Amino acid sequence: MTSRRKVQAVIGFLALLILAIIYMIPLAMVLMNSLKGNLFVSQSPFALPDAQSFSAFQNYTGGVEKTGFFKALGLSLFITIISTVVIVLVTSMTAWYIARVKAWYTTVLYYLFVFSMIVPFQMVMFTMSKVANVTGLDNPLGIIVLYTGFGAGLSVFIYVGFIRSIPIELEEAAMIDGASTWSVFFRVIFPILRPTAMTIAILNAMWIWNDYLLPYLVIGSQWQTIPIAVRSYMVGSYGQKDMGGFMAMLVLAIIPIIVFFLIGQKSIIKGVTAGAVKG
Amino acid sequence: MRVAQYMKKWFPVFALPTFLAFILAFVVPFGMGLYLSFTSFRTVNDARWVGVQNYVTAFTENNDFLHSLGFTVVFTVVSVISVNVIAFALAMALTRAIKGTNIFRAVFFLPNLIGGIVLGYVWNLLINAVLKAMFSQDLTYSATYGFWGLVIVVNWQMIGYMMVIYIAGIQNIPSEVMEAAEIDAAGFWAKLFQVTLPMLAGSITICLFLTLSNCLKMFDQNLALTDGAPNNETEGLALNIYRTFYAIRNHQGVGQAKAVVFFIFVSVVAYLQLRATRSKEIDA
Repeated sequence: MTSRRKVQAVIGFLALLILAIIYMIPLAMVLMNSLKGNLFVSQSPFALPDAQSFSAFQNYTGGVEKTGFFKALGLSLFITIISTVVIVLVTSMTAWYIARVKAWYTTVLYYLFVFSMIVPFQMVMFTMSKVANVTGLDNPLGIIVLYTGFGAGLSVFIYVGFIRSIPIELEEAAMIDGASTWSVFFRVIFPILRPTAMTIAILNAMWIWNDYLLPYLVIGSQWQTIPIAVRSYMVGSYGQKDMGGFMAMLVLAIIPIIVFFLIGQKSIIKGVTAGAVKG
Repeated sequence: MRVAQYMKKWFPVFALPTFLAFILAFVVPFGMGLYLSFTSFRTVNDARWVGVQNYVTAFTENNDFLHSLGFTVVFTVVSVISVNVIAFALAMALTRAIKGTNIFRAVFFLPNLIGGIVLGYVWNLLINAVLKAMFSQDLTYSATYGFWGLVIVVNWQMIGYMMVIYIAGIQNIPSEVMEAAEIDAAGFWAKLFQVTLPMLAGSITICLFLTLSNCLKMFDQNLALTDGAPNNETEGLALNIYRTFYAIRNHQGVGQAKAVVFFIFVSVVAYLQLRATRSKEIDA
């Protein structure tokens, strides 16, 4: 019995190992081809770089120059970080208000937020970019307002679910002690919300970092985030495509994500699980 | 009650900032979108009421919209099933005593963090290279390639996420329940269908909901992998609507009408799915 179990465990391990290797092939392919000369990318994509095809970091230097990669990286970082911080903060305040003040308008607000989660972006993409245009939100600062509005649905929903499980006596006691509403929130409630805030931060950061269509429509004519830069590199190059440079751009676009994942692996997996289970 | 009274007048500070952003980003665009779907317009200011004309045009002008609807439905059915079956199988394997489960989990989860555009292009390279080596063809040659290509991309992206949710669910099953089943000498399949799956109904509801809505709304992967090629045959709903707006002349009204149909379709499907699976959930 035990030896049979052992054999099963070894077979299971090997099967998973093979699957994991297959899983990594696409990324390995891109990495490998990013180190090869342009011609070799399209002619022999499966070959490892050799003395003839190896182009060192030429693709990287060329690609970085053509796409303005570091500018795109800076913009993506700016938009993602600021939007995430703003969302984590303001939607937690709103959720607290909705969860504790029971009135017709908080109920309406809550269901509006929940409703917005299911609406496909295509429904509002055209009109939203018009609104952004008219109200002057069509710049990297304004887009943070749009992300706050669009990210509010999921964030408020998750926060409210959690806040309702906090006994209200905590706030009552603090208020009897004379604490202001402001300090009750930031001294009592927000510290309890910290794990949920982490979930909200991760879910929103992942989404905003990778978002293509919203920034493309709203600020894409002047400002390029990483997904926009990657796509315009592919679409914009007529005739001879610089595939080597494109591979290098894909690798550069993926590196920040891998770094983010390596740093916060545990909280990320915990965060998305918690977010899904509460959602 | 006291707390609510204290808080009430703080609406401008606590609720208003989010609410204002929400109005600008969602409420106004949504309302305008509904209205504009019944008008002919190019710049919003020149909107002219045309009744249901846009809706009629969307379905009758040519077959593209219905084709994209069919494409999205078949794609969604295939992907939802494959993602969930594979993710569940991985979750079962990775909750056993196997070496290196944490590393495996990380490897399978990682692609989920990479966005649809980058992911689409990564796979575009790989699939084209394979097709070229085997048949001297590429993704633009046949819609079958594009269809299965999209299924593979979405599987690669979402399996890890769903796996993580299933793992959390499996770990929450009380061990006494499993032990009781083992004492009753239940076999592997009996345990799976009579204990594990019913106990996981909550996780299944969530995973179905997430995969379903993501597949129905899929856009980035579609844009990057096939861009509709060949001849719009691999065009999903979201991509069809996007192109109606921005690639066909004077079709903004039609695009908006299609978007309303899309919105209603996604909402109805999500509602039916939640109602159907929620009823199977048991309180553990």
